[in-house]
Amino acid sequence: MAEKLQVDANIALEGLLFDGMTIAAGGFGLCGIPETLIYAVLESGVRDLTLVSNNAGVDDFGLGILLAEKRVRKMISSYVGENKEFERQFLAGELEVEFNPQGTLAERMRAGGAGIPAFYTRTGVGTMIAEGKEVRRFGDSDYVMETGIVADLALVKAWKADPYGNLVYRKSARNFNPMVATCGQVTVAEAEILVPAGSLDPDSIHTPAVFVQRFIRATSNEKRIERRTIRAEAA
Amino acid sequence: MATDTSVKGWTRDQMAARAALEMHDGFTANLGIGIPTLVGNFIPPGVDVTLQSENGILGLGPFPTEREVDPDIINAGKQTITELDRTSYVSSADSFAMIRGGHIDLSVLGAMEVAENGDLANWMIPGQMIKGPGGAMDLVAGVRRIIVLMDHVSKSGSPKFRTHCTLPLTGANVVDMLITDLAVFDRKSRNVAFRLIELAPGVTIEEVRAKTEASFEA
Repeated sequence: MAEKLQVDANIALEGLLFDGMTIAAGGFGLCGIPETLIYAVLESGVRDLTLVSNNAGVDDFGLGILLAEKRVRKMISSYVGENKEFERQFLAGELEVEFNPQGTLAERMRAGGAGIPAFYTRTGVGTMIAEGKEVRRFGDSDYVMETGIVADLALVKAWKADPYGNLVYRKSARNFNPMVATCGQVTVAEAEILVPAGSLDPDSIHTPAVFVQRFIRATSNEKRIERRTIRAEAA
Repeated sequence: MATDTSVKGWTRDQMAARAALEMHDGFTANLGIGIPTLVGNFIPPGVDVTLQSENGILGLGPFPTEREVDPDIINAGKQTITELDRTSYVSSADSFAMIRGGHIDLSVLGAMEVAENGDLANWMIPGQMIKGPGGAMDLVAGVRRIIVLMDHVSKSGSPKFRTHCTLPLTGANVVDMLITDLAVFDRKSRNVAFRLIELAPGVTIEEVRAKTEASFEA
C-alpha cells in the first residue's frame, strides 16, 4: 500500500505547490476549513494563487491569512461578506473575483471531480451571472451552461481518517469538503482523528480513499466560531 | 395583546409572523438571513415544518445553550445551531440538489428591490457591496414558492417595490409573495400581476400607492 499518511503538513504539500496554481479548499465560513494545511500553504511562500472556496475566511483566519499576505490573484467564491481585506483588495483592483452562486460552485466542483466538463442549471438565468455564457432551452425553461472545476490541488478537513485515507466528516463541517476532495488533481486531507483500519463503518464513509492521495493528522483545530448565537438555559 | 391604534405598519416580528402563516403542515422551508430567520419563531402550533439550511443541514434545531455550542453545527448565517431527532447532514452538492431540484416547498428571503414582474434584487450594489450571491440565486431558481420580506421603502424613503429593478438581479420573475411593513402582495402564478391582499394596521391604500412605484391590482 502506498503510504498516504504524512508526518506533517509541510511534508504533505512537498512537490505539490507552484506559483500561479489553483487550489480548492473545503469549508463553509470557518466551519470545516483545512486550518493546518492553509497555514502550511502560507508558510511555503507560494503566490499568485487562484483559490476556489465558498468563502474567503476572515481577516486573520482561514483563507484570509493568504489574502492578507497578498498571495491570492483570484478568488472563485460565492460569498465573501466577512472579509474586509478581501473587499479592500477587490475594490482597489488588486484581486480578481469570480462570484458563483453557491449551488453552482458546489456543482462545478462535483462535476469537475466526476469528469463532467459542463452542465446546465436554471440558477442565474436572467442575471449577470449568465452573461457571456451559453443559455439553452430545455422544455419550457432556460438554463445556463456552467463548467466543471478541476483544481491543481484540493485541501479538505475531515473528522476521521483511516490508514487508507477513507474520510468521515462531522455534522455541518461536511459542507463543500466532499466535492472539493473529488476535484483536485491531487487531494490532501487533514483529519482531527486518525483511526485504525477497519474501524470506520464502510456504509458511512463520506469520501472513499480513492479521492485522497495524502493526509495528515490536523494540528490546528481551532474551529473558530463566527457567530456564536445562544439561547438562555431553561430554568 | 392590546392593539395600539397609534401604531402604523408592522414590526419586523409581525412581518415574520405574517410570513409564517404561509407555512403548511409538512413543509420543508429555507429561511434567508435577517428578518426571514425570525419566521421560524412564529410557525403556528400544529404546523410541522422542517427547516433546511443550504450549508448542508436538513432539520435545523433552535440556537444552542452555552453548553450545547458546537463549532461543527452552524446554519447558513454562520450562527451556532442545534440538531433535532430528524436532522440529516449532507454535502453542499446534495443540499443544492434539494434546492435546485425543486424539493424545498418555500423560501423566505430579504430584498433590496422587487419589481412588478417578480424580478428580485438582493445581492449586489455595484461599486459598494461585493459580498456575493451566496445561495440566493439557487434558492429563487429552484424553490417552489418564494416569499420576500422587506421594508416598503428604503432608508432614504424611495420605493423598493418598483416597475423595474435598478440593481443587478438575483432572479428574473421569481417572487410569488411580497410582505412589507405596510402591506402584503400576492399573485396566483408567475404569469399574472401582484394583487394587494392585506394592509397593515393604520395603513391606507393611498399611502401604499404613494410609496410604491410598481403597478399592482387592488
